[in-house]
Amino acid sequence: MKRTAVGVVVLLAALAIAGAGVSNAANFPKKRITYNICFNPGGESDITARIQEQVLKKNLGVDVSIQYKIGGGGALCWADLAQSAPDGYTIAGHNLPHIILQPLEMGDAGYKTLELKNIYMFESTPNVLMVRKDSPFKTLKDFIAYAKKNPPGVVTVGGSGTSSANDLGTAELNKAAGIKLSYVPFGGTGSAVPALLGGHVTALMSYSPMAIQYKDKFRFLAIASEKRMDVIPDVPTFKEQGYDIVEGAYRGVAAPPGTPDAVVKVLADAFEKTMKDPEVRKKMDHNGFKTEFMGPEASQAFVKKKMVEYETIMKELGRVKK
Amino acid sequence: MSFSFEHLFRGFEIALTFQNIFWAMVGCFIGTLVGVLPGIGPASGIAILLPLTTVLPPTSAIIMMAAIYYGAMYGGSTTAIVVNIPGEASSVPTAIDGYEMAKQGKAGPALAIAAISSFVAGTLGLVGLTFFAPLLADVAVAFGPPEYFALMFMALTLVISLSGRALLKGVISMALGLTTSLIGQDPLTGAARLTFGFPKLLAGIDFISVIVGLFAISEVMVNVESRITAISQKIGSWMPTWADIRQCTGAMIRSTGIGFFLGLLPGVTPSVTTFVAYDVEKRVSKTPERFGKGAIEGVAAPEGANNATSTAGFVPLFSFGIPTAPSMAVLLGGLMMYGLQPGPMLFKENPDFVWAIIASMYIGNVMLIVLNLPLVGMWARICVIPFYILGPMIVFFSVLGTYSIRFQPFDVWVMLLFGVIGYLMRKFGYPIAPMVLATVISQMMEMSLGQSLLMSQGSVLILFTRPISGVFMALAFISIARGIWLQIRSHAPEVAVEEAD
Repeated sequence: MKRTAVGVVVLLAALAIAGAGVSNAANFPKKRITYNICFNPGGESDITARIQEQVLKKNLGVDVSIQYKIGGGGALCWADLAQSAPDGYTIAGHNLPHIILQPLEMGDAGYKTLELKNIYMFESTPNVLMVRKDSPFKTLKDFIAYAKKNPPGVVTVGGSGTSSANDLGTAELNKAAGIKLSYVPFGGTGSAVPALLGGHVTALMSYSPMAIQYKDKFRFLAIASEKRMDVIPDVPTFKEQGYDIVEGAYRGVAAPPGTPDAVVKVLADAFEKTMKDPEVRKKMDHNGFKTEFMGPEASQAFVKKKMVEYETIMKELGRVKK
Repeated sequence: MSFSFEHLFRGFEIALTFQNIFWAMVGCFIGTLVGVLPGIGPASGIAILLPLTTVLPPTSAIIMMAAIYYGAMYGGSTTAIVVNIPGEASSVPTAIDGYEMAKQGKAGPALAIAAISSFVAGTLGLVGLTFFAPLLADVAVAFGPPEYFALMFMALTLVISLSGRALLKGVISMALGLTTSLIGQDPLTGAARLTFGFPKLLAGIDFISVIVGLFAISEVMVNVESRITAISQKIGSWMPTWADIRQCTGAMIRSTGIGFFLGLLPGVTPSVTTFVAYDVEKRVSKTPERFGKGAIEGVAAPEGANNATSTAGFVPLFSFGIPTAPSMAVLLGGLMMYGLQPGPMLFKENPDFVWAIIASMYIGNVMLIVLNLPLVGMWARICVIPFYILGPMIVFFSVLGTYSIRFQPFDVWVMLLFGVIGYLMRKFGYPIAPMVLATVISQMMEMSLGQSLLMSQGSVLILFTRPISGVFMALAFISIARGIWLQIRSHAPEVAVEEAD
């Protein structure tokens, strides 16, 4: 008897929540949306969000509050997202390859790659290997020769987080060149840059926007893209220098698992409109970002495609947790 | 980047807009209030208000929250003098001579000298901040992971050895703090730790819940037990004589120096420097026997020191991103909330912001002396608000504040749990400051230790062989040795610091 009563209450509650979900989608959004960034302020995710912020607010018609959840190379933020209410009022930056690599490498990262609901994928940045202007390394060849001359692990490379494109890119360079660099993860690009400025790491595996922001301070040895980038035409690719490395990060936004499709669509439309705004595009280009325009389905398909690719690479590197 | 008047003037331009003056005033008012009220301190005050300030532009919000911190240093003396209950831990020594003066019918001059000394030290401290912070920001890139680790390690040893009484209790308190922040994911790799299979714990414990619980809730619980009874004091003439001021000039300047320079070190909170300044004043005095019996310098010195220290704390906060005290940790959280990364880049990338905050502090100090001198009678009356009104209000705002950080009831439970822990710690004489500082900096510490070891291929020697970090490690070990030595000579007159809010 008691059980039935409890059952009825639970059912009613579930109906109430479901009902609320449906009605929410119709007049979503009604209140402030929290947009979590998973890395330090001053990094690429943050720069992108700051460029989007004003236009996004206008397109959504509500306030958007950008917050930071930093730790575990972003895992902390995504584990948090996986548990947030699926009402569309909490969204977070979605970074590839991190979201694919972390569950592969850790087993339980607090979230699963495909359970996060992709809203939109809006930019990508290739890896760039950089050293200080006053460093003895003029070219990638100098750098690799130096690493070969020294005992393994002596040459340190800083980057943003664990299981990031920077981390993976360093591992790929190790493999391709037959060297062993020590990768030192930071809370994000924002805190990795001062480490190279102060000379605490030998080099930085970072992303293309930093090759624009710090062009007076750093020297850029190679970029991990197919072709040279228009905004930084004098940075040679790894490929031209004989190393077949194409690696970088893709960034977008995701919602908690179970967020209604209708709500996701409202958000995706707002992001699409934001990314197609001429001012936003201009700023993204100037800052060294490659803009992407992948809606919910396209970005989900892209994640699935990348999962296959990365699983192969990670197996080759021996970095998959059994 | 070095100091330039151009930046400072630009800072004043921003700080002097109507909006920013208004929020500085609100901050000064709330600061004095949390200073006056014994149940709530600046750390919990700022922590509770932080989530509610997201509607403000970053500069105004941080101006207001900084004003709460240094404003509390003014307010803390009022209750210390009038009813012998320090509003803040940093006003404990003020009560010694301040309350004696009040009993002798000189409450007015005591309150006035406390405000004047706060103003003098606060302003002189600001001059120090103005010139020191940009200088240190330049040096800050020389700080790599080993230096950050060593600096924070030193902070922990200092806060333990300075929290007085039992060293072991301090270590236990620190261990509790470290364990608390281990819960969740490894900052370097993201591996789950101490989550006991609860997915809720993966995201870690929000340190605002910890701070509000340990300070505000436990204080309410302690106060429920020991009812505060107010003595009605008539405050007659509050003007100090010129002789009083002359007598305190030396104390004000000495306490500014002590408070500011000691306050640059992480882990040295206002509640520590006030004791040092009081002690020094007693030693240099030609008539040390007057101390404890209503010596006016005994009021001027701690009140100067706590203001100088609270100002000095902004130097490591702005130039290294390292909080020196719990309140600073909350402010750091506030800066991050607005996407401002304190550290070497802050002065370069957001000069307008930093200088506006510094300029607003000059303005705030003027507001505070106006707010505290003529209105001291009003503040003295507020501090005798009956606890059955005040207590529930503190609990209400604590719940509201912690809930509104991420809108999770879980955080409220965590806060209440830490309230109970804090209450038990107070009951059994465990210092709270080491636990709070450990909770706040351990993620950063762990990260920089991990990075250091990666840089050195696993050798801890890197912490000792690099000059800057070597100096900090040496200081840390000296402070440990000093603590142990004082423990062994147990008759040593250890300072008993209650808590460092």
